Amino acid sequence: MTSRTFEQGADGRPQGEAGGGERTLADLTPSATAQVVSVSVPGSPAVARRLADLGFTPGTEVRVLRRAPLRDPLIYQVKDYEICLRRAQASCVTVVEVDR
Amino acid sequence: MSSSCHESGQPAAQLTQLPQVALVGAPNAGKTSVFNALTGLNAKTGNYPGVTVARFAGTCRVGDRKFAVEDLPGSYGLDPVSLDEQVLVDVLDGDGMRAPDALLIVVDATTLRRSLGFVAQVLARGLPSCVVLTFTDELLRRQGAVDVDALSQALGVPVVAVVGHRGHGIAELREQLLDWRDWPTPVMPPPVDPGEQDAWVESVLSYAGYRVAQPHGLTRRLDAVLLHPLLGTVVFFAVMVLFFQTVFALAAPLQGGVEAFFGVLSEWVSAHVTNPWLSGLFGDALIGGVGGVLVFLPQIMLLFLLISLLEGVGYMSRAAVLMDRVMGRAGLEGRAFVALLSSFACAIPGIMATRTLPSAKDRIATMMAAPLMTCAARLPVYVVLIGLLVDPAATFGPFGLQGLVMFGLYLLGAVSAMLAAWAFKKFGDRRSQPTPFYLEMPPYRLPSPRAVLLAVWGAASSFLRKCSTIIVATTMVLWLLLNLPLHSTEQMQAAGVDTADSAAVSAYVVDHSYAAEVGRLVAPVFDPLGFDWRINVGVLSAQSARETFVATLGQVAAAEDPEDPADALRAMTYSDGPRAGELIFTAPTIAALLVYFAFALQCMATVGVIRRETGTWRWPLVAFGYLTVTAWLMAYLARTVTAFFVG
Repeated sequence: MTSRTFEQGADGRPQGEAGGGERTLADLTPSATAQVVSVSVPGSPAVARRLADLGFTPGTEVRVLRRAPLRDPLIYQVKDYEICLRRAQASCVTVVEVDR
Repeated sequence: MSSSCHESGQPAAQLTQLPQVALVGAPNAGKTSVFNALTGLNAKTGNYPGVTVARFAGTCRVGDRKFAVEDLPGSYGLDPVSLDEQVLVDVLDGDGMRAPDALLIVVDATTLRRSLGFVAQVLARGLPSCVVLTFTDELLRRQGAVDVDALSQALGVPVVAVVGHRGHGIAELREQLLDWRDWPTPVMPPPVDPGEQDAWVESVLSYAGYRVAQPHGLTRRLDAVLLHPLLGTVVFFAVMVLFFQTVFALAAPLQGGVEAFFGVLSEWVSAHVTNPWLSGLFGDALIGGVGGVLVFLPQIMLLFLLISLLEGVGYMSRAAVLMDRVMGRAGLEGRAFVALLSSFACAIPGIMATRTLPSAKDRIATMMAAPLMTCAARLPVYVVLIGLLVDPAATFGPFGLQGLVMFGLYLLGAVSAMLAAWAFKKFGDRRSQPTPFYLEMPPYRLPSPRAVLLAVWGAASSFLRKCSTIIVATTMVLWLLLNLPLHSTEQMQAAGVDTADSAAVSAYVVDHSYAAEVGRLVAPVFDPLGFDWRINVGVLSAQSARETFVATLGQVAAAEDPEDPADALRAMTYSDGPRAGELIFTAPTIAALLVYFAFALQCMATVGVIRRETGTWRWPLVAFGYLTVTAWLMAYLARTVTAFFVG
C-alpha cells in the first residue's frame, strides 16, 4: 500500500513521451493551466500518494491561481477547490501545459 | 471543555460499552461542527496513548440510546504522512486501541470530486459507514447540485446532508445512527488505486447528477487583494497591528473593571474581617492572588474571539500562506504562525492552537518556542523593571526610551522563539522526513456565532479552572511563608523593633520569615546575577505565575503600596553579604532580571498545558529545563554586558 509511485501517464503512456512541453507545477506562472502527467516523490511514496489524494492525479487539469509574496508557496485550483503547495511539493508534479 | 456535570456517576467502563462512532474526513470538511452538533457541550479533549495528538471524544444521546462519538484527526488520505494521520489509520485498524464500531465520513459537498477518493479509501476498510455531506447550502448557493439519494445508491452507503453550524440534518443523522448495525455496505468495495479511483469518482458523480459549484466570486476578489504580493503584505501587517491594538487597548478598560471589583472586595474584607490573620489571608493572598490573574481574563477572551473570527472567516489560512516562507526559515510552516501569534497574549492558548498543526514534530517545536513569546503576564514585570531602569523622559530620536526597551524585549522574545523552534526541529528528531506542506484555501465564509462562542467559552473556562487553582495555591503558600514563624511582641522588642510601627513590624517579620530563609538558601544560584534574597523570593514566587513577582516584591520590600513598589525598590539595598549597603537595583541587576524573565518558563499553567497537550511529562520538563538554564545564562550575559557599558 505504501510503495506505490505514479510513473504512468493519464493514458498509460510512460512518463517523458510528452516531449518538450513537460514541466513541473512549480515552473508555471499564475493563470497558466496544465494537465498532470505524473507525480513522483523520490524516496517518499506516501507523499506521492498524498499529492494524488489531494487531486493531483494523471489527466487532471490544474490552474495556477497565485503566488505568495515571496514566490512561495503557490496556490492552485484542482478538482474544483483551491490548495496551497510549497514549491518543494509542486516540483514533484510533472505537467504539460494546455491552452484554454 | 470538560463534561464533569455530564459524567459524574457514570463509570468509565460503562462509557466504553457504548457503541463507538468515529468521525473521519478532510481537515476542512466541517467535522468539528458535526461533532459539536452531535455531542453538544459535553466533549472531552485528551491525547491518544503515547503520542502528541489531541483526541476529542464525547457522547451523543438519541432518545434513550447513547453513543460514544470521537472526532478523529483530519486527513486527505489513508497513507499517513504524519504521526497524526498514523493515529487515524491505527484507530481505523484497531491497532493498539479499540476500532470504532461505525464511521461517519464527513465530506464537503463543494469539494466532492476530490473528497470521494478519501471516501473510497475509507469504505474499502469495510466498517459500517455513513457519509455526512456538509456545506450543501453553499453548493446550492454557488449554483451546484447533487442528488443525495442517488449519491447514496451510487456509493452503496447511507448519505445524510447536514448544515453542521445551523443544525439542519442533525436530527436525521441522529436517527440514522440508531440503525448503524443495519447500514448497507457497498456490494463491491470501491477501488483505491488513484487511476481507477478517478474513473469510479466520475461515474459516482454523474450518477448523482453532480453539478460543480461555481467558483466563489467574493473569495476570488478578496484573495486578489489579500494575497496580492504587495497589498496582501500591507493588509497583513495592518491586521496584525489592529489585532494587538484590540487585544491590549480594548481589554484595558475591562481589566480595569476586574481590578476595581477586586479592590472593592478587598476593602470590604479588611473592613469586616477583624482577625488580622484571616484578613491578610483573604485580602492579600486570596483576593490579591486570584484578582491578579483574573485581570487577564478579558484579554484572553478577546484574543480567542479575534482568533476564532479570523479563523472562521478564512483569513487564518491566508495569513499562514503569507507567513509560510518566514516560518519556513525556522523549519516550521505557516500554521505555526497562528500558534505563536496567540502566545503574544498567553502561551496557554498558543500551545492549544498547535492542535491545528498536522505534524507532531512541528507541534513539539512550536510548543517549546511558544513560552518565549512575550505574554501578557510579563507586561507588569517589564513595566516595573523598565520604570526602575530608564528615565521616563529619556528619548532616542522621536521615540521614548522606555517604549523602545519594551519593544526590544518583545523582539527578543520573538527572535528567540524562532531560534528555539529551529533548534528543536533540527536536533529534536533527525530520523524522520520533513512533512510536506499543503493547505486547503477555503472560501471566505461568515463564521458561525456558535463556533466562535464555543471557542471563547472554552478558553475562558479552561483559563479560570487551570490558572486560578495554581495561583491561589501559590499565593497562599507564599503568604504563609512570608508571615511565619510567629514572633511574640517581647521577641521583637528584644530585637530592637518598634512594635508600635506596623511597617517596622512587617519588615522584621518578613526578614525573619521562612520565605527569607528560602531566599537566602538559593542565593548561591542567583548571586552571580546580582539578585539578593528578596529578589530570589520574588523570582521563586513568580515561578508559578510571572505577575506574582510584582506583588511579591512589594510585599517583601514592605513597600507602602504593594501595587507600586517602584519607589521603595529604587532605594532598596543589600541587607547582608559582601555587597551589604549597596543599591540592589542597579542597571546590570535590572538588565539581568529583565532578561531572566524574558526566557524563564515561570508559569505552572503553561507547564500543565504542555503536559496535557503532549500526554507526557517529558516535554514540560524539557521546556522547563532548557528555558531556566537559558534564562540564567542570558541573564548573566546581560549583567556582564551592561556592567561593561555602565562601568
